[in-house]
Amino acid sequence: MDKNQNITDIAVSCSNVSKSYKDVRALNKVSMEVPRGQIFGIIGPDGSGKTSLFRILTTLILADEGAAAVDGFDVVADYREIRKRVGYMPGRFSLYQDLTVEENLNFFATVFNTSIKENYDLVKDIYQQIEPFKNRRAGKLSGGMKQKLALSCALIHRPSVLFLDEPTTGVDPVSRKEFWGMLKKLQKENITIIVSTPYMDEAGLCDKIGLIQDGEFLTTDTPRGIIGKYPNKLIAVESNDMHQLLIDLRANELSKDCFAFGDRHHVSIDHALTTDSAATKDIIREIKSFLLNKGHKNLIVEEIEPGIEDCFMQLSQK
Amino acid sequence: MIKYLLKKEFKQLVRNPFVPRMLAGFPLMVLLILPWAASYEIKNLNLSVVDNDHSTYSRKLTEKVISSGYFRLTNESPNFQQALESIEKNESDIILEIPPHFEEDLNTGQKTKVLIAPNAVNGMKGGIGMTYLANIVTNFNADILPSLMSAGTTSAVAIPQIEVNSSFRFNPHLNYRVYMVPALIVLILTLLCGFLPGVSIVMEKEIGTMEQINVSPVPKGAFILAKLIPFWIIGFLILTVGEIIAWAVYGLVPAGHYYTLYFFAAIYIVVVSGLGLVISNYAQTMQQAIFIVFFFMLIFIMLSGLYTPIESMPEWAKWIAAFNPLKHFMVVMRSVFLKGSGIFDLYKEMLALLGFAVFFNSWAIMSYRKKN
Repeated sequence: MDKNQNITDIAVSCSNVSKSYKDVRALNKVSMEVPRGQIFGIIGPDGSGKTSLFRILTTLILADEGAAAVDGFDVVADYREIRKRVGYMPGRFSLYQDLTVEENLNFFATVFNTSIKENYDLVKDIYQQIEPFKNRRAGKLSGGMKQKLALSCALIHRPSVLFLDEPTTGVDPVSRKEFWGMLKKLQKENITIIVSTPYMDEAGLCDKIGLIQDGEFLTTDTPRGIIGKYPNKLIAVESNDMHQLLIDLRANELSKDCFAFGDRHHVSIDHALTTDSAATKDIIREIKSFLLNKGHKNLIVEEIEPGIEDCFMQLSQK
Repeated sequence: MIKYLLKKEFKQLVRNPFVPRMLAGFPLMVLLILPWAASYEIKNLNLSVVDNDHSTYSRKLTEKVISSGYFRLTNESPNFQQALESIEKNESDIILEIPPHFEEDLNTGQKTKVLIAPNAVNGMKGGIGMTYLANIVTNFNADILPSLMSAGTTSAVAIPQIEVNSSFRFNPHLNYRVYMVPALIVLILTLLCGFLPGVSIVMEKEIGTMEQINVSPVPKGAFILAKLIPFWIIGFLILTVGEIIAWAVYGLVPAGHYYTLYFFAAIYIVVVSGLGLVISNYAQTMQQAIFIVFFFMLIFIMLSGLYTPIESMPEWAKWIAAFNPLKHFMVVMRSVFLKGSGIFDLYKEMLALLGFAVFFNSWAIMSYRKKN
């Protein structure tokens, strides 16, 4: 009993998992551990290995090396057990477009030897929003409704671990926010959620995140922890000629790195130069006068707090 | 479990905008139209006559040719050159030239020659027209022989003749449709029971629903069986409909037993389902699947003996045809329908088909394992 308890405290774990497709190495010795009931975000650009990792954990493909377990069951030896207890929502809408909303939900319920009635309370909040259209074919739903149906179908058998592969890609900001609200509710039902996303702004909503690039985790920590470990000072710069500004900033020896972030450029200053706030202020003043000499107008230079994206950029530079 | 999967398959089948129409339309179209269109009987050949004699006999010969029903007089030319031009203009297909003094030579007991010149661009058509016309001329010769003899123009000594009486076995009227219908049923079963389920599996792959099924506890075997069973049922229905059409439209009733047909059809359906599964393992998208199907169908049909007999193919093509399941099942269907063969008369075909069933299905299982 004790042993069992121990195993299931960790919902998902993998150690040194590698996967190659011909000469492309999709995953390189990936290790992670997700405690039960957490929302774990896997964040990285397209092609970083997120989907491969998901497919290994959901027993769709085999890893070349390394071991992984979901709910305490090995993904190779006990794949049948895992298939009974995970929910998987792939990045692309993949339900039967020629079946109606209700038929899809019913089909996936029966496939898992359960019924809509049995787990209705779990999907109620989500399903109620699409229930008025339950006789409509799934292919004829709008994007947001398709996504809700897919989530309902992934939840209908009350999975203990839910895998969501880029659920918010191509979804409008309002629906994205709503979707994360739903995930927070599911978390209260003690469902562990592994979610991947290319959007850094969603990272803050996870309990723990892993930043992944080229098949390797750059770091795994809480969002706060990752930001706290950011070593440099960060300043945001804006002027009337943003293109020239980027070139000038990169030429300046004070800036360690410089990237365009939306309507501003983020410049990181090496921590050795910014030991106290007075030193930071000096540097900001110095950069400002450097840019004024270059002829920039409407100049704004100010210190800012780093975000997850800044951390990702900094870590991926190594 | 399989009950729910089957329920889903039938729902999808009925709702598909294309497949039900194909299931109904394709067999009807093939069975009702093709046997009439794809026929080797040559009728309505356009005839050009060059009559250099203008005698009673020459007119009689021309009339006899036209009254045979195979020829249509479309051109009368004063000389061969102009007749040839009419062939070039595609106004006529075959020239019959009657020489000058045709009647006179016959009456005086001399030999005379008529010239037959067919357009052989379509070799088959030219050859058959030639044979028809030559036969008619020979008959004409036999017809006029007695009157010539009685006129005393020919030597009174009777010419010994061998008369040939031919009887065509199993298809006495050489009805081409009777030969085609059983083979066309094979074609329909191949497409509906082999390729359609294969394409249907690839469709699930392409849409991504396959992945959803794979992360659920549904066993792979149940999923595939649920894909195949509807098409198996449809296959037997189509076979029955095909038999009804053969009887109602073509008056063709199998000379053998119906159970022989169903027995072999059952084996054959397993063969082509296996082939469909192999295709579904290699194709990632519908487009790929359909191109592979197209490739197989074309080769299978051309080397099946559907149109051209295998026996007249070169040795290497016979070998390829031996590995064509369509060919074996067509032999079975034609033998049962026309000759009344039983299961044991067809043991070679049965062994071949069983071999194919084992081969394609093991290949399907192996290629599936390798990919996953």
